[in-house]
Amino acid sequence: MSKIYADVTSALEGFTFDGMTVMSGGFGLCGIPENLIAGLKASGVKGLTVISNNAGVDGFGLGQLLETRQIAKMISSYVGENKEFERQYLAGELQLEFNPQGTLAERIRAGGAGIPAFFTATGVGTLVAEGKEVREFNGRNYVMETGLVADLSIVKAWKADERGNLVFRKTARNFNPMMATAGKVTLVEVEEIVPVGSIDPDHIHTPGVYVDRLIQTVSEKRIEQRTVRQKESA
Amino acid sequence: MARTREQLAERAAKELQDGFYVNLGIGIPTLVANYIPEGMTVTLQSENGMLGMGPFPYEGEEDPDLINAGKQTITEIPESSYFSSSESFAMIRGGHINLSILGAMEVAQNGDIANWMIPGKLVKGMGGAMDLVAGVKRVVVVMDHANKHGQSKVLKACTLPLTGTGVVSRIITDLAVFDVKPDGSGLELIELADGVSLDEVAAKTEADYTVAPGVG
Repeated sequence: MSKIYADVTSALEGFTFDGMTVMSGGFGLCGIPENLIAGLKASGVKGLTVISNNAGVDGFGLGQLLETRQIAKMISSYVGENKEFERQYLAGELQLEFNPQGTLAERIRAGGAGIPAFFTATGVGTLVAEGKEVREFNGRNYVMETGLVADLSIVKAWKADERGNLVFRKTARNFNPMMATAGKVTLVEVEEIVPVGSIDPDHIHTPGVYVDRLIQTVSEKRIEQRTVRQKESA
Repeated sequence: MARTREQLAERAAKELQDGFYVNLGIGIPTLVANYIPEGMTVTLQSENGMLGMGPFPYEGEEDPDLINAGKQTITEIPESSYFSSSESFAMIRGGHINLSILGAMEVAQNGDIANWMIPGKLVKGMGGAMDLVAGVKRVVVVMDHANKHGQSKVLKACTLPLTGTGVVSRIITDLAVFDVKPDGSGLELIELADGVSLDEVAAKTEADYTVAPGVG
């Protein structure tokens, strides 16, 4: 059975429904599944709970789904760069749950690994610990956080083989590997699909067992903060 | 004379030690990277998944797949490694990062820190700040002594929602340096900025503190 699909539309076929929870990889605009996000927009699915570290920018990444009001709730650690997000949130049109970034990453890792909850020192004594169990281990307090899973995970990788073994590139890895494990269904867009056997098995970051469907896409890969240094003059 | 941003970064760089793995926050802490002493090996961690952060790229060499936690384009260096967000915060939470230098809105004399939200204002999120202050072995705050209204940011108790409790070890401001005493007995003033008097610090500090021998 092939995991390779011709395009975004066929890859999403049968996997979207209103009110669903979607995990979307990326940090800022780096390593986001931009074509699958555009596919969700085109599908018209609504009432989404989206778990993603950030919320895109106006008109790009998850910002596209905010513009069309397809997102009902976000679970994120930082949403700074998006005016439409601000507007909807302040107007009470959008629910928002902030998680500390490491807690969010670990909740997803735990969810994918079948761990329903874990204890962390992050957030003890702060608003994020309110209403949660706090327990002492070895003289220090830890708060209980629960694992996260999603109906669908959309992931961006650099390269895949035909069986869905994935390789990520540089800091575009970020949340993608954990999210690949935590979706009931995981769709992956990659820049290149190569024949089985052409990736050294020791160099595979995410084994294909987590990957249900695979598409090869061209990404715009927008840069959020272009910072450069000047070449020293000779 | 109060320290400038650059002087604050230069002073904060004295917290670095050879062999340290360090996470630098956004703003003045980022500038600390410009003052790593010659010959000292310091590895910078970026919590989006990189150890061994290099400088900004030359124009035309920016790579959209290579950014720091401030979403700025950066470069890799020979010792660089990449990893996932969960691995990144495992090394933070697990106490493997030696030092975190970060900014703050308020710090209290018991080591509490507030740097992520102001009630009534739009909240952008805590990002990795709560994980860093809870997990990194030593947390040093670099900030202005007073806010833009002239009120002390070094307080008896924080008034803003906390990022972490009892986590700060040292506070470096434009006027002075304080240690949070590990026994919980409060702050000790250990340095004055050039040209700053004990009286000026006393007038501008809400927190209680003792003065270390030989200061002033």
